[in-house]
Amino acid sequence: MAAITPRRRAGWATANLVVIALALIPVLWLVSLSFKTPAAVLDPSFLPAQWTWGNYHGILTSAQFLRPLANSIGIGLISTFIAVVLASMAAYAIARLRFPGKSVLIGMSLLIAMFPLIALVTPLFTIERALGLFNTWPGLIIPYVTFGLPLGIYTLSAFFREIPWELEKAAKVDGATPFQAFTKVIAPLAAPGMVTTGILVFLACWNDFLLAISFTSTIASRTAPAAMEYFSGGSVFTVPTGPIAAAAVVITIPIIIFVLFFQRQIVAGLTSGAVKG
Amino acid sequence: MAPIVLDHITKRFPDGALAVNDFNLDIADGEFVILVGPSGCGKSTTLNMIAGLEDITSGELLIGGQVVNNKTPKDRDIAMVFQSYALYPHMTVRENMGFALKLAKTPQATIKEKVEEAARILDLTQHLDRKPANLSGGQRQRVAMGRAIVRDPAVFLMDEPLSNLDAKLRVQTRTEVSRLQRRLGTTMVYVTHDQTEALTLGDRVAVMRTGVLQQAASPKELYDRPVNLFVAGFIGSPAMNFMAGTLEEGMLRTSLGEFRLSDRLRREVESSGSGREVIVGLRPENFEDVALVSADNRPHGLTFRTSIDVLESLGSDVFVYFTRELGQGVNSAELEELARDSGRADSGASGETIVARLDAATHVREGQDAELWVDARAMHIFDPASGRNLSLGDDDGGTASVQAAPGQADAGEAQAPDPDARSGGVRAVPGQAGPAGEAT
Repeated sequence: MAAITPRRRAGWATANLVVIALALIPVLWLVSLSFKTPAAVLDPSFLPAQWTWGNYHGILTSAQFLRPLANSIGIGLISTFIAVVLASMAAYAIARLRFPGKSVLIGMSLLIAMFPLIALVTPLFTIERALGLFNTWPGLIIPYVTFGLPLGIYTLSAFFREIPWELEKAAKVDGATPFQAFTKVIAPLAAPGMVTTGILVFLACWNDFLLAISFTSTIASRTAPAAMEYFSGGSVFTVPTGPIAAAAVVITIPIIIFVLFFQRQIVAGLTSGAVKG
Repeated sequence: MAPIVLDHITKRFPDGALAVNDFNLDIADGEFVILVGPSGCGKSTTLNMIAGLEDITSGELLIGGQVVNNKTPKDRDIAMVFQSYALYPHMTVRENMGFALKLAKTPQATIKEKVEEAARILDLTQHLDRKPANLSGGQRQRVAMGRAIVRDPAVFLMDEPLSNLDAKLRVQTRTEVSRLQRRLGTTMVYVTHDQTEALTLGDRVAVMRTGVLQQAASPKELYDRPVNLFVAGFIGSPAMNFMAGTLEEGMLRTSLGEFRLSDRLRREVESSGSGREVIVGLRPENFEDVALVSADNRPHGLTFRTSIDVLESLGSDVFVYFTRELGQGVNSAELEELARDSGRADSGASGETIVARLDAATHVREGQDAELWVDARAMHIFDPASGRNLSLGDDDGGTASVQAAPGQADAGEAQAPDPDARSGGVRAVPGQAGPAGEAT
């Protein structure tokens, strides 16, 4: 073993570097593009010859981007909140209770997650038009919650299963109603799971393009990824590469902050000490 | 403080498994009752039904004179200590102990006062602001107890509260639990699989097996007058010795020798319809080195020679193990279950291995032959089919006094002489000598 170790280490290091490079180079390229002048967009050099804030200035002063950015944040947060609340209640029931049709329920929720989204766009579009949800916030929130739930239920029921059932019994004996037992004992302990789920659901909403482009028609409800599609260049014949790159960088930043901020909570195991250990 | 009545309580799980079958028990106000039995006997299920954590399939449960079958745990005025303690990991000790009061909307000042008083009783004052993760096993156990006593409930329920502690701490805490219960005077139902814990703690011990209550009696009564083979084998450590016996013309033939049965016992055994094969039970302390038995006592028992396989000296007592090759062995479902439960199933010996507890003054040596004496008055006779103890008789008062003897038998000469019983050789008189009229 000892003889192989340095070679192995070198092998792993190479593999890691390749993966990191593959992941980061497009991002860096995007950042670089966002700082290039419109004329230099087709310049193949990695670093811009001439740095400019023009692209950022352009999009951050334009309602065409600011309004969709606000939509993205609002729709994302509301969808995440609803999905996590519903998913935690459903997951709790699945983890704790025995009821008829439980496996059918789990199967159905998995089915939703597995269904190709593109196949649902047309029927959903028709439904939203009929219900007057087209081009509104709820028009996006409802499908986001729907598609976020299976993921949430799955992640959270794994977390709930880890929590000793005796804690809940203890809470009941201590005089808690089932709802109090859930909110005061189980939910705080499942908080890391809820944060994890929340991040996953939020990312899915934030990054969604397909539904956003299909169910919106104006900036009243269009989210940032969809809005980028409607950017215009300096002239009809110019591709707005610079502004798109800048917008992409802007919408990536919240995600990075989000993950960095909650990382510690995701890792922290709150359940230690509940039972003998 | 409230009495508890379990009236024909039955629990059947949705998958059809019968966990508790027709359980009847009256628990008096302030009584300390232990539910004991091997794992899977339904004792925890019974406790959970009292707590309201499991539904009762049929039967009635009364706490403080009220039927509580359909009441939620919070309306039953109970407190429970769990095997795993089930402390809330995200709360401090103070919050853990005050949680129930907080839910009951008790004023903040009262909560503080009660929590601090409980902490003082349990020696937890300096740990009040720590989280359970930072406490030792013993401290966590005390927090769990504290959480229960803070509420001053009508009933305490304990589900194996000591089984996660190490042996030394367990004995120490056992005493504390006992003292606490006496001090608070609260009705307590305590579940354990440890018969020593059961005997030392309880006012009354209820022995369960496969969902059925076998016997509920004082520790002494359980020990001296077990109603069946299971209780006899479960209670006592080391366990009661069982050997096959055959009835022949008023004599009971066993691998140790022949015992003469009293007429009453013989009638009892014969009328039971169990045939001539019986199981004989003798506790280890019913044996003694014959040299240490007073001349007055010798006629009450049987003297036999045997070679000693193993000798264990504990200082206060000496345990000797020997094997009798005679006899066809004992077969009984109950004994098999007992053996499984205690891990004794793999003894591998062809004959009957018998444990005897002798006085420390004995000169018996390992590997040598020794002459031992066994007190026939303490003998139990069981029906192999039903496991019923045939030697109890129905005259409780009379037999109890005779039964009290075996506890002292190992002291050698503590036995009060009984001039009427020395009618030649051996008389097996456990309880069957019963009424004074017959013994004379």
